[in-house]
Amino acid sequence: MSAPLRTLPIAGEPIGARAAPPVAIPPVARSRGYWGGVAAKLVRDPVAMAALAVILAIVLVALLSPWFTPADPYRGAMLRRLRPIGTPNYPLGSDELGRDMLSRLMVGARLSLFMGVTPVVLAFAIGSAIGIVAGYVGGWLNTVLMRTIDVFFAFPSVLLAIALSGALGAGIFNSIVSLTCVFVPQIARVAESVTTQIRNRDYVDAARLSGASALTIVRVQVLGNVLGPIFVYATSLISVSMILASGLSFLGLGVRPPEPEWGLMLNTLRTAIYVNPAVAALPGLCIFVTSISFNLFSDGLRTAMEVKE
Amino acid sequence: MTIGVFGGAGLTDRGGPAQPLLTVTGLVKHFPVAKGFGGPKKVVRAVDGVDFSVVKGETLGIVGESGCGKSTTARLVMGLMPHDRGEMLFDGEVIGGTQLSLRAFRRQAQMVFQDSYSSLNPRMTVEGSVAFAPQVHGLSAKAAVAKARDLLARVGLEPTRFAGRYPHELSGGQRQRVNIARALALEPRLVVLDEAVSALDKSVEAQVLNLLLDLKAEFDLTYVFISHDLNVVRFICDRVMVMYLGRVAEIGPADTVLGAPSHPYTGALLSSMPSLDPDRRTEVAPLAGDPPNPIDPPTGCRFHPRCALAEPVCAAEEPPLASLADDHRVACLARQPGSGHSLAPASERIAA
Repeated sequence: MSAPLRTLPIAGEPIGARAAPPVAIPPVARSRGYWGGVAAKLVRDPVAMAALAVILAIVLVALLSPWFTPADPYRGAMLRRLRPIGTPNYPLGSDELGRDMLSRLMVGARLSLFMGVTPVVLAFAIGSAIGIVAGYVGGWLNTVLMRTIDVFFAFPSVLLAIALSGALGAGIFNSIVSLTCVFVPQIARVAESVTTQIRNRDYVDAARLSGASALTIVRVQVLGNVLGPIFVYATSLISVSMILASGLSFLGLGVRPPEPEWGLMLNTLRTAIYVNPAVAALPGLCIFVTSISFNLFSDGLRTAMEVKE
Repeated sequence: MTIGVFGGAGLTDRGGPAQPLLTVTGLVKHFPVAKGFGGPKKVVRAVDGVDFSVVKGETLGIVGESGCGKSTTARLVMGLMPHDRGEMLFDGEVIGGTQLSLRAFRRQAQMVFQDSYSSLNPRMTVEGSVAFAPQVHGLSAKAAVAKARDLLARVGLEPTRFAGRYPHELSGGQRQRVNIARALALEPRLVVLDEAVSALDKSVEAQVLNLLLDLKAEFDLTYVFISHDLNVVRFICDRVMVMYLGRVAEIGPADTVLGAPSHPYTGALLSSMPSLDPDRRTEVAPLAGDPPNPIDPPTGCRFHPRCALAEPVCAAEEPPLASLADDHRVACLARQPGSGHSLAPASERIAA
């Protein structure tokens, strides 16, 4: 039972190292692990860090805007419509009803971000579940699930979002539902392909040999290896979601006036494009900056996660 | 020492030393291949009627070219894929039968994979990987980690330095040591080593082989050792089984099979090994071409298109795996009396 420990040579140990006086070693040297390595790489990526800073700034503005807007975003003034950028009291001009653009853009960040992030989060949860089950179980269940998913790919995502929103009726909740439906198939497909890859690794076979149940194997051995890639893909969808949500609002299917939302603001200001093009373009600029920041950050994250396997 | 925490009545030797630990009879696995419209259904005959047994405490080597069915045989034995036909007995009980469930069998039989990287979860620490199986079988997390560190120490990886590391921070040899530790975590009786040292440097390979021999003595293990490296097989194995295109060509004691091979294929394999002796330098490739397509194996003896001894009878008749000596069986018509082959021995008694 308690046979003396063999003095096997420790690989990589220089000859005579064991005769050296013992150095104080912590009980078990913990390495920083996978996510620690990803974080360290990400911090060294200036583009990703800049994008992250922009995202955080926008999130901060969105969170604090109800208390910190320079003016009431809802109060119009018919005499001061479409003022150019730099007008006193209207640092970014005013819109077609004479409301302060800066305040509306700040408050609009709340709804725009919410509409961009929520469908992706929901689709991440649902799509990952479908994809991981399909990928791990395989066989006919995979065929049934993935072919059903494929039906959704027959429609361009914009068309699908508009069709679903139109069928469900206008409103924030319905837009989120329809956008989630648009993203679930895309995330499920990525999740399925990643899971299929992981499932064929020898360590999953080794886990099966240990007698663990499928649920335990997925939870302990598979999940940690598939969620990362799916997460990266999902972050790249946030910008798409923001643009689609803006598009729905633009068409009158999403947020309703007078709520400030960037897509809706772009729509209502489009008539003013010949009067005051700079102000009319501002909501579009916000959408552009936010979505490109999410894209650049997800690019950086993907690069940082590309560890040699 | 936490080794031995699983000890129980279920793990003791049941059939006694005379009963083989593993008996495989008529094992068949055909993989269907995609067929064209209306075409006949085709299959890859990966394993096509394999019989062998593994005696308790021995090391059985399985050798053969790539694609001969070595790894498939291992995976079938471990139940990682379902087999089509055949029977597998573990210590006299049918694997997956009423007496011995697949789960109970896997408690006693574990496998070490060839690719030391893909066989370790990259997001798991080394001790986490080793501790996983004991935890599945009801050991507390703390006890499982203690056991894992103990095993890591036994395979030559100082736990204080290595237990918290991730696979990418280890060399190939170190990772393979972790794989061995993981296979031993359930205190198995049978360990299947599928090309376990093939991907390692020669010096590291030797270290790991010695480790395997030490562990075998220490934990009273039985090995099935799959390899294409005949030198390694000669070093570690008691008996050798030579496979060709999903069938057994020759099986017997390592000294006999590798010292005085009876099957022409074994001879060809042996002479394909580069020799350090200039007088024994190979001038011509002893084995020309690739193995035939396992979808359409040759008729009769599967080796006859590449065999130096081939005669018409070899294409017509499939040679049975017949006994040559006590523990030495060969599937070659040229070695079987009355087979119709011109080289076949005349009498029943065969001179060695």
